[in-house]
Amino acid sequence: MPETVTLQVTRYRPEIDAEPVFQEYQVPLHADWVVLDALNYIKDNVDGTLSYRWSCRMGICGSCGMTVNGEPKLTCATFLVDSAPGPIRVEPLGNFPVLRDLVIEMGDFMRKLPRVKPWIVRTDEKPLAEGEYRQTPEQMDEYKQFSMCINCMLCYAACPVYGLEPEFLGPAAIALAQRYNLDSRDGGAKERREVLSAHDGIWGCTFVGECTRVCPKNVDPAGAIQRYKLTAALEELKGFLMPWRAR
Amino acid sequence: MTRAHDVLLVGGGGAGLRAAIAIAESNPRLDIAVVSKVYPMRSHTVSAEGGAAGVIGRDDSLDEHAYDTISGGDWLSDQDAVEAFVKEAPEELLRLEHWGCPWSRERDGRIAVRAFGGMKKMRTWYAADKTGFHMLHTLFQTTLKYASIARYDEWFVTKLLVDDGRVQGAVAIELMSGRIEAIPAKAVILCTGGCGRVFPFTTNANIKNGDGMALAFRAGAPLKDMEFVQYHPTGLPFTGILITEAARSEGGYLLNKDGYRYLQDYDLGKPEPRPVLRSMELGPRDRLSQAFVKEQEKGRTLEGPYGPYVNLDLRHLGEKVINTKLPFVRELSLKYQNIDPVKEMIPVRPVVHYMMGGVHTDLNGATPLPGLYAAGEVACVSINGSNRLGSNSLPELLVFGARAGRAAADYASRQKDPGPAVLLQGVDEKRRLEHELLHRTDGRERVAPLRTEMQKTMEASAGIYRSGPALAQATDKLRQLRERLRAVALADHSRTFNTELTAALELSFMFDVAEAIAHSALNRQESRGAHQRTDFPARDDARFLAHSLVHRGADGSCRVEYLPVTITRWPPGERVYGR
Amino acid sequence: MKDKPVYSEFHPRWYRPRMSTYWWVKRWSHLAFILRELSSLFIVWLVVYLLLMVRAVFGTNRYQEFLEWSAKPVILVVNFVSLAFVLFHAITWFNLAPKAMVVRLGGKRVPASWIAASNYLAWAVVSALIAVLLLGA
Repeated sequence: MPETVTLQVTRYRPEIDAEPVFQEYQVPLHADWVVLDALNYIKDNVDGTLSYRWSCRMGICGSCGMTVNGEPKLTCATFLVDSAPGPIRVEPLGNFPVLRDLVIEMGDFMRKLPRVKPWIVRTDEKPLAEGEYRQTPEQMDEYKQFSMCINCMLCYAACPVYGLEPEFLGPAAIALAQRYNLDSRDGGAKERREVLSAHDGIWGCTFVGECTRVCPKNVDPAGAIQRYKLTAALEELKGFLMPWRAR
Repeated sequence: MTRAHDVLLVGGGGAGLRAAIAIAESNPRLDIAVVSKVYPMRSHTVSAEGGAAGVIGRDDSLDEHAYDTISGGDWLSDQDAVEAFVKEAPEELLRLEHWGCPWSRERDGRIAVRAFGGMKKMRTWYAADKTGFHMLHTLFQTTLKYASIARYDEWFVTKLLVDDGRVQGAVAIELMSGRIEAIPAKAVILCTGGCGRVFPFTTNANIKNGDGMALAFRAGAPLKDMEFVQYHPTGLPFTGILITEAARSEGGYLLNKDGYRYLQDYDLGKPEPRPVLRSMELGPRDRLSQAFVKEQEKGRTLEGPYGPYVNLDLRHLGEKVINTKLPFVRELSLKYQNIDPVKEMIPVRPVVHYMMGGVHTDLNGATPLPGLYAAGEVACVSINGSNRLGSNSLPELLVFGARAGRAAADYASRQKDPGPAVLLQGVDEKRRLEHELLHRTDGRERVAPLRTEMQKTMEASAGIYRSGPALAQATDKLRQLRERLRAVALADHSRTFNTELTAALELSFMFDVAEAIAHSALNRQESRGAHQRTDFPARDDARFLAHSLVHRGADGSCRVEYLPVTITRWPPGERVYGR
Repeated sequence: MKDKPVYSEFHPRWYRPRMSTYWWVKRWSHLAFILRELSSLFIVWLVVYLLLMVRAVFGTNRYQEFLEWSAKPVILVVNFVSLAFVLFHAITWFNLAPKAMVVRLGGKRVPASWIAASNYLAWAVVSALIAVLLLGA
């Protein structure tokens, strides 16, 4: 195994650069180093001006999403040796405005998330004294997968629809809406339907399927969206054939 | 742009978000700001795995949970706080369930509980082995319901604003743009978590730098019990990634290089094939970490490229149990060690995990400084005493987050608006940051090497076993390093998302915290829980059944005094495990 | 477009990457997706072809003309390509159908492969029926 590997890292400093440029760094190649370790090595020893987000380095906080050799990845979970001999290209996550170097601006997702009402909606609240809402393991299986989303935004980076139409609600937001729709304790499916069935909601999705492919937590947002398309279509049909139900 | 708020929360993790909801519910007219240096879903609560304890079994009782907690803390826990905690924990966990938290269930749909270290009965609620993740996301998504909660995402608080003897807000940097402004508020709650990054080898994320502890310390609030640093017995070598205690509560064994379950040699009981509560691998964390060090001294640990380690054996649990109860453990071992726990043993070693000490508060999260509250790992109430039991810190976030929220809401509703003096302080702080760090080009030192030296000093002198001379040396070394910190210059002078600036600020916070730890440890001449002195190996209730309180002098020095522990119904006894 | 750097204090300019018109050529999975979507055009063609055939059946001499027209090399090629795309369309559709349908039998989720398989089975049955109708008479 060679001793070092080259990283080509995007640099963008709004005060100096008109647009992003690449800068090359040589980093040691260790078998158990991930791309994030390489970036930390650069920042601590070579170039302190490199900016990027990271926190837990165990694939649960969702901070360190970047594009590695063209693929959206969590850099804390991407080993250098898998991309060796390199050069390894590290760029900011695609489809988002770039703030600085490898840092993207994700305010768009933060504004979209509350629109799908990602909380338990109930008309009748059970008092605490009566204990928990019973939910069997089978009932939990219905939505469990969709509750695993760490909001890392890799799915948005991979989605061509989001790239072409930034108003698209997006995979993670819809998957989270489904997580609540399918939760046996929730009664808010009707409230979420308007936002989800809008033109920039589920119907913006053309089922490319890239979101599910890149998701590091196997949330399967594409599956969530297609399922909801069926549900929404059936609800529309029912509403058309039996308008009295809506009242 | 900033504006004035009624309550300002520094930190958006489990405690901060729970406090925000408590304020919004207790007084919907109050204007709340959650200021966090990261997006709330990145807060370190997200990485907690094992579970949250709350009494719900018919054969269990609040008194037993209290006793387990108090004895686990080696009688340094304030018993009135523990009594309130064990009573409110189940309610809070249930409230979270009503908000949608996907607690794991029994077949009939009831909440399931599992065994955990140091607990005599099974009372730990869990959400597979990603309990913190599910709790944090449930709390975060629930806060989106409240219009009165404003968020300042990726704003880094650098200083608390104190005027007229009370805290009236904070100064923060908007990371995106480099704007530095004062955010006035009638009350401030610190929820910034612990300080694991003071040590080189930790389960903690990059963001755990003791920010809130240093902020409070500099504002004049004392820090309590800082010498008690918890080492989690099972972290992966090199990365320090946490392998949850649940792996042991489901039945994992800790084996030394001879394949021997070495914990039986350390007064932790006899090895049984199935886990026995409060015995062997289900003993308290401090004793297990200490056993590791003793094994290493006897030469019975294995040597790896990153130092000594022992093996965690889960093979006998079988694939089905591992996939249902410990899926994240399997995922982490495969990913980071290339090891499948179904077929091989996982290499583990003790790593710094939790800070029992923190900002001194009362049962309602109030610090001695009016207007300043604290909750969660940043605070020390104290319920954890000298050693925390696993699965007590997640309910701690909820119970004391809610209490601090309500107390701060009540206080804020009775205060006048902050005056113009605080805004001027904000301008001063802005000038200071620009002059000392952002625009400075003439420094000799860099952030990263100083940080590494500090961490090495702490590991060598304030690790699992400590001694007077080593600690005295550490305090001197830290003082020298702190002088060098004043000569730090940044390479990055940009205003936009300058992470070298934040690293320098975090390092300065960590220095305050490290000195508080070293001084407190030096002054406590006994061994209790997680603080073990080789020169004072016994527990000394006569002199030290008390909390250490560290105050900061005007010259930056540390003054340690003692505060008696509140004992209600459980007089100090012997900590017994495995018998 | 080359701009000069623009930075107003406290309002850093965000760089907004532009998506190329040919974004779908750069990655195999994107190309496959575009081809899948394109296959619907060929289905339209086959429907039109079927309608032309129906119209030809109800006229004198028209059917013979229609067959001769269909034998032209251009039409043959178009129809072969259309058949390939329709098969591609059907196969991708059946394989993706389980994503939208979650079926439970006796409390357990039916595996995705079964749902896809049931679609193929239905296709085979219908094809067999049509074959019987056309060839059996």
